[in-house]
Amino acid sequence: MVHMANQIAMFFASYPHDEALAGVTDHLKSFWEPRMRKQIIDYVAAGGHGLHALALEAVKRLPS
Amino acid sequence: MALIRETDYGTPKRISGTLVTIEVDGKPVSAPAGTSVLRAAAEAGIQIPRLCASDNLEPFGSCRLCLVEVEGRRGSPASCTTPCENGMKVRTQSPKLEKLRKGVMELYASDYPREMFENAASGNTEFQQMITAVGLKEVRYGYKSKNHQDGLKDDSNPYFEFDQSKCIVCSRCVRACEEVQGTFALTIDGRGFASFVSAGDKPFMESECVSCGACVQACPTDALLEKSVVERGRPDHSVVTTCAYCGVGCSFNAELNGNEVVRMTPNKDGKANHGHSCVKGRFAYGYSTHKDRILKPMIRAKFTDPWREVTWDEAINYTASEFKRIQAKYGRDSIGGITSSRCTNEETYLVQKMIRAAFGNNNTDTCARVCHSPTGYGMKTTLGTSAGTQDFDSVQAADVIMIIGANPTDAHPVFASQMKRRLREGARLIIVDPRKIDLVKTPHVKANCHLPLLPGTNVAMINSLAHVIVTEGLVNEEYVQERCDLVAFDQWRKFVAEERNSPEAMEKYTGVPAADVRAAARLYATGGNGAIYYGLGVTEHSQGSTMVMGMCNLAMATGNFGKDGVGINPLRGQNNVQGSCDMGSFPHEYPGYRHVSQDAVRESFEQAWGVKLQTEPGLRIPNMIDAAIDGTFKGLYCQGEDIVQSDPNTQHMSRGLASMECVVVQDLFINETASYAHVFLPGASFLEKDGTFTNAERRLGRVRKAIEPLAGLGDWEVTMRLSTALGYPMHYNHPSEIMDEIARLTPTFAGVSFDLLDREGSVQWPCNDKAPLGTPIMHIGGFVRGKGRFMLTEFVPTDERVNARFPLILTTGRILSQYNVGAQTRRTDNNRWHDMDVLDIHPSDAEDRGINEGDLVSLASRSGDITLPARISERMQPGVVYTTFHHAMTGANVVTTEFSDWATNCPEYKVTAVQVQLARHMSEWQENYLETRRLTTQIEKESTAND
Repeated sequence: MVHMANQIAMFFASYPHDEALAGVTDHLKSFWEPRMRKQIIDYVAAGGHGLHALALEAVKRLPS
Repeated sequence: MALIRETDYGTPKRISGTLVTIEVDGKPVSAPAGTSVLRAAAEAGIQIPRLCASDNLEPFGSCRLCLVEVEGRRGSPASCTTPCENGMKVRTQSPKLEKLRKGVMELYASDYPREMFENAASGNTEFQQMITAVGLKEVRYGYKSKNHQDGLKDDSNPYFEFDQSKCIVCSRCVRACEEVQGTFALTIDGRGFASFVSAGDKPFMESECVSCGACVQACPTDALLEKSVVERGRPDHSVVTTCAYCGVGCSFNAELNGNEVVRMTPNKDGKANHGHSCVKGRFAYGYSTHKDRILKPMIRAKFTDPWREVTWDEAINYTASEFKRIQAKYGRDSIGGITSSRCTNEETYLVQKMIRAAFGNNNTDTCARVCHSPTGYGMKTTLGTSAGTQDFDSVQAADVIMIIGANPTDAHPVFASQMKRRLREGARLIIVDPRKIDLVKTPHVKANCHLPLLPGTNVAMINSLAHVIVTEGLVNEEYVQERCDLVAFDQWRKFVAEERNSPEAMEKYTGVPAADVRAAARLYATGGNGAIYYGLGVTEHSQGSTMVMGMCNLAMATGNFGKDGVGINPLRGQNNVQGSCDMGSFPHEYPGYRHVSQDAVRESFEQAWGVKLQTEPGLRIPNMIDAAIDGTFKGLYCQGEDIVQSDPNTQHMSRGLASMECVVVQDLFINETASYAHVFLPGASFLEKDGTFTNAERRLGRVRKAIEPLAGLGDWEVTMRLSTALGYPMHYNHPSEIMDEIARLTPTFAGVSFDLLDREGSVQWPCNDKAPLGTPIMHIGGFVRGKGRFMLTEFVPTDERVNARFPLILTTGRILSQYNVGAQTRRTDNNRWHDMDVLDIHPSDAEDRGINEGDLVSLASRSGDITLPARISERMQPGVVYTTFHHAMTGANVVTTEFSDWATNCPEYKVTAVQVQLARHMSEWQENYLETRRLTTQIEKESTAND
């Protein structure tokens, strides 16, 4: 899960921050099934160790 | 159903803006300039006798049978080699011509089996028909003089025989091998009377012959003849249908005797294959009646129990009750389904509909997940639609062909023949592939550039190519200004121009000399129409989607979209990969690639289907397996797909399936996934189906039922029954009604109907009011998304790294004679070419390890290990090994990892760090496999239930 989120973040990281953040957030919303999103949200709530900064920020923007 | 007899016009069709008019036997006939007299006459309904001419071969002028008289000219020219000229007056019948033809035919007949001459009137061969056509009644020379009647018979090929005694050395087979197939395996050896057709002085089976059947198709005398015809007799009726193998989607005539298929012959009117075929489609259909077919439904409480045969009703009701029980206990989202790229569009549509409407969730996925899902994501993001941009014929207008991560001569052989034809005509070729695939150097084709990059570095390569194009001023500025989003373009231009993306900087990753990359970039950008063809060597990487976008960037920057001869062309693996994606198999999209969260789209389906639908995306296949291991996913309906053999990390996949409480497999055979199933529903082969397949060029071709489903129900009928048992009734009288529903709900398919397909043969989507007969080439005048969107494609090396323990990179793929997991082709004589998977290894890597040709070696990765024979191969580069996954016992995917594409989870089959060592025995997994397989495939035969 963390690896997948980081891969997504690394793709969008080439873009300016706001665009990149929107890209990661939109990707998680569009392609991740709700239980996967819940897992990553819970993971971030528990500290989010090892997550790319952009992924961390994007996950925090996901509706819980 | 009558036997289809295709008209042969003698010489190929010519295309010209100029019409010329001649007179044939007093009848005015017009034809495009360059058309032969033979063809012009045939098009006017006047048949001139001929033997060496055929309309898929260039005129040869050797048989001297198609002679005509032309007013004002001396002699009797061959009509096949005489082009029409305005005002020409041609006579096809005269006493002189009759005498000449009869004389020629008599000479041929004197060296032809006597019984075939005597039975000419009732004969089926073109030769016998010509005997009748010229009125030859006797052979004055007798049969005792020197002849070839004791000629050898070569029956080494499992599918056809070559009987020299029937050969008239007309060269049609040799020319078909050259011009149609492009293999150059046949030749005429010897001189004069001693000349004979030869497969390089070897039996066919040991020669370069690829068994495509072009020579058999071309033979006018039955010297080359299908063994199935020898054994079962001539067919008496036929049905036009579409091949069930690769994404080329060849059209075939299934020729039958009663209820038995006698042979499959390529359909000349097929717009994807134009009368050509390969060894799979032409000959490997025997699996459809193989003894391993399961024709009765079966159930069992545990997958370690023996199977118990039951009625269709019992199987359907059991499945429905199990799925309902699981959902009641674990929740609505605890079950899902997988659609098949080997099933029709109609069947696939129905399965995803059942999942969304009857299961009540979006847990639908398809085997495209593990092959071309990055194509969908990458092309939709940049261009606006998830499909290849061209038709296959477009390659004939390409000036520079770039093949990236594809091996068309093995995986898409009929299209490869088209491509080779264009290359022989002078198109230039760039190959980006770690291996020396056949097209790097094959008869009369030699790649101008081969960039043998290291697996996993595609994006580094595409950025390098783009760097050269941008920094050397090779961008088509006018095209970009007019057609593309300029903000995104400027971002991309700055990005790829950075020195870190130069070929020199990227060489340390790709391993390809920078000068070679620069030469390739210049050739692609300046060589005329540039067309990129790619395969799974692009998509099956952790950056698969990035690479698809990188290729689209390159084509946009050079203006290579929206016309003939250009484009980005995914070569799809399975016959209906395109269609299964189009039909809404992905968990986030409805048919026509529209996201489930779009209210208006969802509401249109809710209204049509009469049920509330979910707004959130469902689980993808790997997510389903992970969720099963986590305990939240408990039931799976898997139609026509073998995820245990085809998906990566077999042991993880097996553990996931073993964690489920109800796995339902619908297939022809007890496949590897069925080893973990609780319900088996017999599937129907393509010969038993009515529907459509969509090939790699978006072409919908009709699949027509040649025989009734052997298990009693078509796959679509099984889905209807299951859905109804689940409480969501479905009723269609015929698959055409399903297509009508698809057309009503999907704008890109709005004009498609079985009636249209029966009239037109096939059409390419989009097919709607704007394009009532379909769309061969997309993005003409503008991109589907409006302005083409350049995307930034930063190279991120895969996390699958080599080290001292796993120093080599394994890449996996396919070979010509086998198809995907081999479930079909392994049950045919195609096994004669490839009866086991082998490991290709470079001589230096083999020498380092003391490995000799044929040695048993262990192939180990971080995921697992297997044992297989080694083949020393110069195709490989040092440090890279290769194998196929066609045989279940090999277990190639025991070794592959779960790393996957960042956007789509398409597995990274093409990069696995491995070690190779000499071995003495099978791996532990392989030894366990045999026992597991024995335990999980037993069938109790007491019941005779059927309905």
